[in-house]
This record gives sequence, C-alpha cells and structure tokens, in this order.
Amino acid sequence: MAAATTIPPESSRLALKPNAGDRALVGATTLATVIILAMLVIVLADVVIGGSHVLSWEFLTQAPTDGMTKGGIFPAIFGTVALTFLMTIVAVPAGVATAVYLTEYAPPDSRLARAIRVCIANLAGVPSIVFGLFGLGFFIATVGRAIDVAAYGGQPTYAKPSLIWAALTLAILTLPVVVVSTEEALRAVPRELRDGSLALGATKFQTVTRVVLPQALGGILTGGILAVSRGAGEVAPIMFTGAAYFLPYLPTHLNDQFMNLGYHVYVLATQSPDVDKTKPLLYGTVLVLLLLTFVLNLAAIAVRARFRRRLLQA
Amino acid sequence: MTRTLGIALAVCLAACTRTEAPSTTGADGGTVTPDKTSITLKGSDTMVILGQRWAEDYMKKNPGVTIQVTGGGSGTGIAALINGTTDVCESSRPMKDVEKADVQSKRGAVVVETKVALDALAIYVNEKSPLQEISIPALRKIYLGETTNWKDVGGPSHAIVLYGRENNSGTYAYFKEHVLENKDFAAATQTLAGTSAVVNAVKGDVNGIGYGGIAYLEGIRALKVKKDDASPAVAPSLVTAQDGTYPISRFLYFYTAGQPTGTSKKFIDWTVSADGQKIIGDVGYYPLPKT
Amino acid sequence: MASITTSVPVVERKQTRSLRRTTRWVERVAEGLVVGVSLVSIASVLLILVFVGKEALPILTSAKVHQEVTFGALFGSYGSAGYAWQPVSEVPKYSILPLFVGTLKVTFVALAVSVPLSVAAAVYVAEFAPRRLREYVKPAIELLAGIPSVVVGFFALIVLATWVQRVFGTEHRLNSLVAGFGLAFAVCPVVFSISEDALRSVPDAYRSAALALGSTRSQTLLRVLLPAAMPGIAASIVLGFGRAIGETMIVLLASGNAAILDASLEHSTRTVTATIAQELGEVVVGSPHYHVLFALGALLFLCTLGVNLVGERVVFGMRKRLGGR
Repeated sequence: MAAATTIPPESSRLALKPNAGDRALVGATTLATVIILAMLVIVLADVVIGGSHVLSWEFLTQAPTDGMTKGGIFPAIFGTVALTFLMTIVAVPAGVATAVYLTEYAPPDSRLARAIRVCIANLAGVPSIVFGLFGLGFFIATVGRAIDVAAYGGQPTYAKPSLIWAALTLAILTLPVVVVSTEEALRAVPRELRDGSLALGATKFQTVTRVVLPQALGGILTGGILAVSRGAGEVAPIMFTGAAYFLPYLPTHLNDQFMNLGYHVYVLATQSPDVDKTKPLLYGTVLVLLLLTFVLNLAAIAVRARFRRRLLQA
Repeated sequence: MTRTLGIALAVCLAACTRTEAPSTTGADGGTVTPDKTSITLKGSDTMVILGQRWAEDYMKKNPGVTIQVTGGGSGTGIAALINGTTDVCESSRPMKDVEKADVQSKRGAVVVETKVALDALAIYVNEKSPLQEISIPALRKIYLGETTNWKDVGGPSHAIVLYGRENNSGTYAYFKEHVLENKDFAAATQTLAGTSAVVNAVKGDVNGIGYGGIAYLEGIRALKVKKDDASPAVAPSLVTAQDGTYPISRFLYFYTAGQPTGTSKKFIDWTVSADGQKIIGDVGYYPLPKT
Repeated sequence: MASITTSVPVVERKQTRSLRRTTRWVERVAEGLVVGVSLVSIASVLLILVFVGKEALPILTSAKVHQEVTFGALFGSYGSAGYAWQPVSEVPKYSILPLFVGTLKVTFVALAVSVPLSVAAAVYVAEFAPRRLREYVKPAIELLAGIPSVVVGFFALIVLATWVQRVFGTEHRLNSLVAGFGLAFAVCPVVFSISEDALRSVPDAYRSAALALGSTRSQTLLRVLLPAAMPGIAASIVLGFGRAIGETMIVLLASGNAAILDASLEHSTRTVTATIAQELGEVVVGSPHYHVLFALGALLFLCTLGVNLVGERVVFGMRKRLGGR
C-alpha cells in the first residue's frame, strides 16, 4: 500500500502549539473512536456475560431436547461447519482462479478484466436476501428441478432446500472477498520474481503455480478465512435454501437440510416456545457463533499482519 | 477423459444424495410412500412446540423413524403442502378452498384434514395492566385501529400498542376471520415472527396487547373474553375451550395430500390416540373433546 | 470489508512471453480453465439478474397476476386503505411505498449516526493516534464488521431496544431508531475503514506544506486533508449506504415490521428486505404474491446497482476536480 511507505504524520508534530480548536478536534475525534470501540465491547460483553455460563462440553456436543430448552446445539455447529466447508471448497478455488486471471493472464486494459472487476464489485453489494431469492429461483427451482427430472424421474430430491444449494449460494456471496484478498496478495508479489522465473525458462503456468501463488499464500489464506467467517454468519441467504429449525438427523447428504447457528439464533429469538426457558440456549448459541466468527477474524488479521511484515522485510 | 470425469462425478453425486423410495399414486389420488422412515412436519408456529414434543416422544417409542419439524407459519406449511416439500402440514387454521384446489391441481390429490388438538386463542396483556376482560367488538375496534387509547376500554389514558403476527400465520388468519370479520389489521400493528415474540413484546410493554396460543402464557396475562357486550366474560381454560363457551377457541389441524399412509398414518393416528393426546396438556394446549 | 476498495499498487507488467515459441497444451488448458472460472463472476451477476428478473417478470406480463396486482398498483394507493401492504387479505394490497420508505428511514438513521462517528474516528486513527495505538485500534474497529448481522440484530432486539426506550421515551419498543442504531454497527466499520485508508493515502507533502504555511492542525485537517480525501470518504459513504439498504437480519429483528407509511422515526417500520425474508417462506410458488416478492428483490437489486453506479460517478468526478489520488 502506498500509505505504508509515506512518511508517517509525525511531521505534524512539528506544528505550532495546539490551540483550543485543535484540542477540541482531537478530543472530539478521540471520543468518536472510543464510542465505536465501546459499541464493540458492549456487544461482546453482553453476549459473553449472558452466554458464558451456558457453555460446557455438553452444550457443544449434544442435540437440543425438550423443546429447545435443554441440551446442546451440536447439530447447529455441525451444520454450520458442513455448510462452510462446502462453500469454501467452491469459493476459494474459484476466487483464486479469478484473481490469478486478473493479475497474471489478463492483458492490460482488457475489457473482459474490466467486466469481471465490475461484476465482482457489484456482487459485493448485492443484498444478502437477494442471494436467497437467487438460490431459490435458480438453484432450487431451475437446476434442482432439472436434476430431478433428469436423474430421479421427477421425484423432489434436489428441487428443495438442500445443503448443496445453500453452500453454492454462499459461495457466490463470498466470492468477492476471496478475489479481492487474493488479488491484493498477488499484486504485492514483486515483478522481479516473475521475470526471474520466466527468464530461467519456466512457463507462465509454472511461474504462477510454483513462484507467485506460494508467495501470495498469506493473502489467499486471509481471503479464505474471511470468507468462512462471513459464510458462517450469514442467515438471509440460507433461510429458504436449506436451513431448518429442528432436525432429528445430521446433514450427511448433499440434499439434506441442516441446522445452522445463525438461523438457530434467529428462530430462537423470535419463535421459541418459552422465551425465558430458551434464553440461556439462545445466548449460548450467540456466544458460540460469535466466538467462531471472532476467532476466524482474528486469525485472518494475524495472518495478514504476519504476511505483510514478511513482505516488507523481503 | 471428460467422460470418465463425468461418470465419476455422477457416481459421487449419487452417493451423496438422500433418496426416498419412489412414491406411487394410491387409489384415492394420494401419494403412497412405502415404508418411508423419515417424514416432515411443517407449518404453524403455534403448533411447532406441540409437533416437536410429539415427534420426540414418537421417535423415542419408534427408533428408526425420524420426524422433522419446522415452523414458519400455517401459510408456510400450506405452501409447502402445495409445493410438495412436506408430508404433513401443521395448521392452526382451516385450509381455504382456494388452497385445497391448489393442492388438487399441483399434487393431484384431495386434501385430508385431521383435527389433532384444541387451542384457546388468548388475548395477551402485560401483567401490570388493570384490564381483566374485553368484548370481541371492542377487541375488533382496537385491532382495526379505531380505538387507539386504553381509556376507551377501561384502562389508563395511554396509546394502545398493537402486536400481531406475520400474515403467513394461521393465528393471524384465524384472528382476522373470527375477530376482525375479515377486515384488515391496522397498519400500525407490529408484525412479529412468532408467538413467543408477541409474548416477549407484551411482557416488556405495559401498554401492549397481543394474541396467540394459550400454551405460550408465560409472564403475561390472558384477558377474559366476552362474545359481545352483554355476554359473561369467560376465561380460557380446558373446560371452556372444549365446551365452546370461550368464544375464540379453535382446532389445530394436520393436513395431508390424500389419505395419510405408511409412517405418516401411524404418526397421525398416534397423535389422536390417548397417548398422544396426553402430551398436549404438558405442552399447554387442550386435547380434543371426547366425542 | 475494507479490502474491497483498498488502493493497491498497480504492478506494471510487461508482456513477458515465455521463451518457448510453442505453447504447450498445459498452458492452454490452464489459461482456459482460469479464464473459464473467472467468468463465474460475470455469470453469477447475469444469472442473478436473469433469475430474479424472470420470476419478477410476470408482474409485467402475466394476465393471471394482473387480476390481483399490476406493476402500477405497486406504487399506488388503495383508496381508503391508503398505501397498504396486505398481501393476505380479502382484497390483497401490494403497495410497496411503505416498505421503501421504511428502508430509507432506517438507512437515514444508520448513516446519520455512523458517518460522523466513523469519519471522526478515521481522522483520529489516521492523523492523531500514536502509531502503536493505530495498529490495535484499526483492526479492533474492523472486528466490528466481523460480527454476524444476526448477532447484531439479536443485540438490538434485546438490549438496544430497552435502552432506546429508556433514553428517548419511545412508545414502541421496536422502531426505526432501534433498527437504525443496530444498522450503524454494520455500517461504521465500512465507512471507517475506507475513510481511514483515504486519509492515509493523502501524501504527507500536503500536511507538511499546510503546516509550513502556518495553519493549525484543525485548519490542515478541515481545509486540506479532508477535501483531498473526500473522494475516498464519499466512496465509503456510498458503500455504507448500499450496505444499509441491503441489510436484512438486523431490521428483521429490530424494526417491529409494521408496514406504515409515515415520517416518524419512533414508530415501527418495515423494510423491503425484511418483507421478503418474512414472507418468502409462505408463498406458493407461482402465486401473485411470489412474483411480487421477486419483483421487490429485483427492484432492490437495481437500487443497489444504481447506488453503486451513481457513487462511482460522483467519486470519479470528485477525483477529477480535486486532482487528488
């Protein structure tokens, strides 16, 4: 980033002694920062305080019983993991390939590259519920129907909310995250490395796979982690493409429905049979979901920081 | 090379797909699914806890059978029945003729209705509210937005805050038909996603009023209801619901496309048997009147 | 989501071709595969447009749907019932104006809260914070973006609503204010990240020059730095706006979901996204209600596309005028 190499604004310390206006400005902006940080802390604190006493090994490994008032949320954790795993194995290769095309193969000023960039930017802005509509209208109603007619004689096997459709919907939703992160990492690889590799007789493909991509691994990892974090937390796209409230089985087939942490939070918050009795379970689920996404985000930040430091050293 | 890849993919896909034995069409046009071990129940949020308890108990007594219960509102269940994505539809309101016709045209089967439980639609108020009873005409005026202040019905002077359900709810539809005489709810009614959300809202709002199944009464109070201004006020209870003196009591239904068969039939028969009906009381609704 | 518009150094690539004259088929296949997969992104956007549009089209073309609702009726009023959204009714009413007004209301609250806060915080972190502090504060604020929106909605429903009722004395526990404040949690990190990047990108020469000419820090900031960073800040606001109008779970849980058409922020309201989320589960595939919901989705999608386009134009124009980066 250009900003990383500019002279830090320590030079502004050479300014005149701050007057009242300056002090007020610094005060106001500090206050704003503190408020935003407070927002973060308050949410975390509320969830941790409300949910920590619920967390236990049983909570994480058992299924809910007695009308969601007792037991654990293991099926929801399993469903979330299965969903994000499927989503990742689709989104990451596709995103990396797209980023590789944009940085390595596309001729400069290529119209196709511009179109792809525009589409990625627009995908990033599509409301999550529209993805849900898309999943319903395309994957379930069209592709699923086609598969059913072709392979299962019209029996509704794939033309219904399924793990695979929800995963594909989420993969499209998180594609921009992977692409942007990978592209940033690819661009940061020094040109000399590529030129050197080609000069030594390697083909473009060999250069990309053996020289450039390994160098960009940090960014790819960051993108993947951020995508997983996003996918684990999204609810709107999966509400109608696969998530369910109470399933007596674990999703082991591609066309199974699944329980999901985020969806579980939504349902418990609005439709639980006994609000007081299910509140502990609700807070516990929120805490698990928050811990999951937070750990992932922190990991992404750590990877990105380490990767940037290494690059600066190189 | 592409062909082997395609075959490999198809095999993998097939291995990863859960299929049921193909259903055939029975004599009455209903779908006969031989020995299906997994059935889905979908629909009413009012009934979702009941459905879940039934499912849990039945699965304990019949290992090998899995019953999947989802809520979403009676309308969701009926839509699922029409779309073919559920075996049994749970509904807290009777199906409309238009919907039955849709099932006929889309699934080629006649809808079969089974009454499974009784519910008294409770009118929720906050525990601190001074109101004890209300008449149906007054309730109608409140939810149509004509009466907007509690003082007009005997409470303190304060605006009434209306809580209601989404329009896919059977409770919503029942209330609309039987209390509002099919007129529209006031636009200011907050639409909440489930009965428990309504309960939660009224619990936290002294000036709130809501409606929902009797089983959800936790931390709030149910008003006694008068059929009209001259009738006696009746509190919702097992007796008054079963003998019909509580004016807004309703049946809870299971709907299937065609006569239920196989696992669905066994499950539904069990729910209306003595064993199944006993559980209803635990959940908070009322068993069917013994005829 | 800051990485989406982080400014990246453009690595100038020469067209270095392999020394081999003959391209092996592996190269061809690899390039073809990479191009092919990249087309997924274009295909996705097109497919979304096509399939959401396809299911929305009957509202313009189908006579059967027109029996219940026409495209014009979506924007019109239903006589004495006013602009009502009551699809399940004796006379189904599909006025979408209350829904769009609801979206605008909560977005307005969200932006009114988050833009000043985030830009101010960005100023602090970029200009005034000591370097060590910056390395912790920036990721911390970006962590806010990592909170799933359903958790923010849950927090708004249970904690924020009570707080707002106590502080503002609102009659309705769930209203535009609560939903807007909840949305601010999601919008702040977006506006903050990009604004901070924009401020950091302003060359330090500007700062030195201003200070050398005798301006105070506040004058430097207000007269030199903010205008220079304005294209980036404007871009961040546009992105924040897009995020806010497209958000579903927070408003679904916290807005009260009453489709009223009025200007009060203290009344419950219903957004387009929440309507789709609430009602999609109950529609019969192919019914007029189903098509109207898809039409809503299509309109929403077009709105976000439009916002992005307008934003890009505005930012482009600003960049040209200000001559900044």
